[in-house]
Amino acid sequence: MRGGLASARTVHAVKDASLRVDKGKTLAIVGESGSGKSTLARILTLVDPQTSGQLLIEGEEIDIRRSGVSKALRRKVQMVFQNPYGSLNPRQKIGDALAEPLAINTSLSHDERSEQARQMLKRVGLGPEHFNRYPHMFSGGQRQRIAIARALMLNPSLLVLDEPVSALDLSVQAQILNLLADLQDEFQLTYVFISHDLSVVHYIADEVMVMYLGDVVEQGSRDEVFAAPRHPYTRALFAATPKADPDRIRARLARRAEQAGREAAP
Amino acid sequence: MVALLEIRNLTVSFDTSVGLFHAVEGIDLSVDAREVLAIVGESGSGKSVEMLAVMGLLPSTATVIADAMTFDGKDLLGMSRAQKRQIVGKDVAMIFQEPMASLNPCFTIGFQLEEVLRFHLGMQKAQRRERAIELLTQVGITRPAERLRSFPHQMSGGECQRVMIAIAIACNPKLLIADEPTTALDVTIQKQILDLLMALQARTGMGLIMITHNIGVVAETADRVIVQYRGHKMEESDVLTLFTAPKAAYTRALLSALPDNATGDRLPTIGDFQEAQS
Repeated sequence: MRGGLASARTVHAVKDASLRVDKGKTLAIVGESGSGKSTLARILTLVDPQTSGQLLIEGEEIDIRRSGVSKALRRKVQMVFQNPYGSLNPRQKIGDALAEPLAINTSLSHDERSEQARQMLKRVGLGPEHFNRYPHMFSGGQRQRIAIARALMLNPSLLVLDEPVSALDLSVQAQILNLLADLQDEFQLTYVFISHDLSVVHYIADEVMVMYLGDVVEQGSRDEVFAAPRHPYTRALFAATPKADPDRIRARLARRAEQAGREAAP
Repeated sequence: MVALLEIRNLTVSFDTSVGLFHAVEGIDLSVDAREVLAIVGESGSGKSVEMLAVMGLLPSTATVIADAMTFDGKDLLGMSRAQKRQIVGKDVAMIFQEPMASLNPCFTIGFQLEEVLRFHLGMQKAQRRERAIELLTQVGITRPAERLRSFPHQMSGGECQRVMIAIAIACNPKLLIADEPTTALDVTIQKQILDLLMALQARTGMGLIMITHNIGVVAETADRVIVQYRGHKMEESDVLTLFTAPKAAYTRALLSALPDNATGDRLPTIGDFQEAQS
């Protein structure tokens, strides 16, 4: 928009997106900045309404503009955010952060809430000694465990995870991915997993959806999309992902040696 | 041949309220001209700290001790601050992880680019503008003359990183240190920035130190690799050997934690490595 009194343009953050995830499975949404993936995530977690189209969760049609969000509905869908350093209230002890969803959405007593919070902490691999600590006392990986624990407090059916491991070291990423896999099995959770990291997507996804500037450019099972990506953008993403492959290394070193040889020769 | 950068037995310690903390302990490191050295490690490995020590960018709470730390044959430890200012930013330059945060938000990119040319090369105004446009073109910024008047917030992350690279290569450095240059960027932009760095390196023959936690980036760029963990060097080898026959248990653990290398349902974790160590 230029300065002055220009007319507002409509930006289609998401256009014509259709997706379907079966219970207990993982859909990965792959996209970069501006792809619309975060807008889609906000629609799925009932934060923003869709402009048009249908949203069905467990067969039930949802329109938050018409009927608002009931407590029962809120419990069904939860979200884990990307930034482990920004998504926890720095002034709130994590035990309280975990008990808070129960305080708002259930009628459990204070002791019951604390007990459930402690159980969940244990389930994500933390200990009772962590209950009364503040977020800044934890590492990035630990904070993501807390964020996952908080998301699970209300026994949701659907978990939307927005780049949950992007900010983490490789070894910590592995631990969190293992934890998510275990929890999915145990609680029969359905995941919508947003990530731009194709190796992570390949590891955890059943279904894959690739987004680019608001459009869904590719969609299919994980094996289908990885074996034969059709859209040029998907192919560009694959090509751009750095790979630790000895053959590629040999080829690169050979090219460098050849170029150095050409430069050295008069 | 004298190495471009030579570091022997480097230890960097910080004064903390709970005592002395060794971020880097006993590290040996060297880089030659035309060489790409990758330093790979996770958070807390000390990889950034050791390069900040070379550049003299550590806070006053840091103590830098080494048997030797020389650049282009000159002793970095014994140098006065004035002497160091002649070298840092000119013959050895560094680019950082968060491009939008590393550029000064209050000044145009043209100003920040020309500042380097004025300080290190003493160029006059007309010359500076011309060189600035040339540099922006080299790093792939479109409409460079116009963009000189842009502020960092008016540019994308990838563009800011290109500007940072332009500032770093402005004085034709002999050594460029890139600290996680692509971590904060989208995947397709990451590739563009890495390609740019490698092309510049091939053309100018400068040494390049690539600090990263991304093993894929190491595979795509490095000649030689140093693997670090908690301030110590775990392994040093040429890039092909690192991926085909890693010697250190930590390196093997790191490689097996890659989702690409997953063999079963669960990824092996470094926690398993730590248990094996004890």
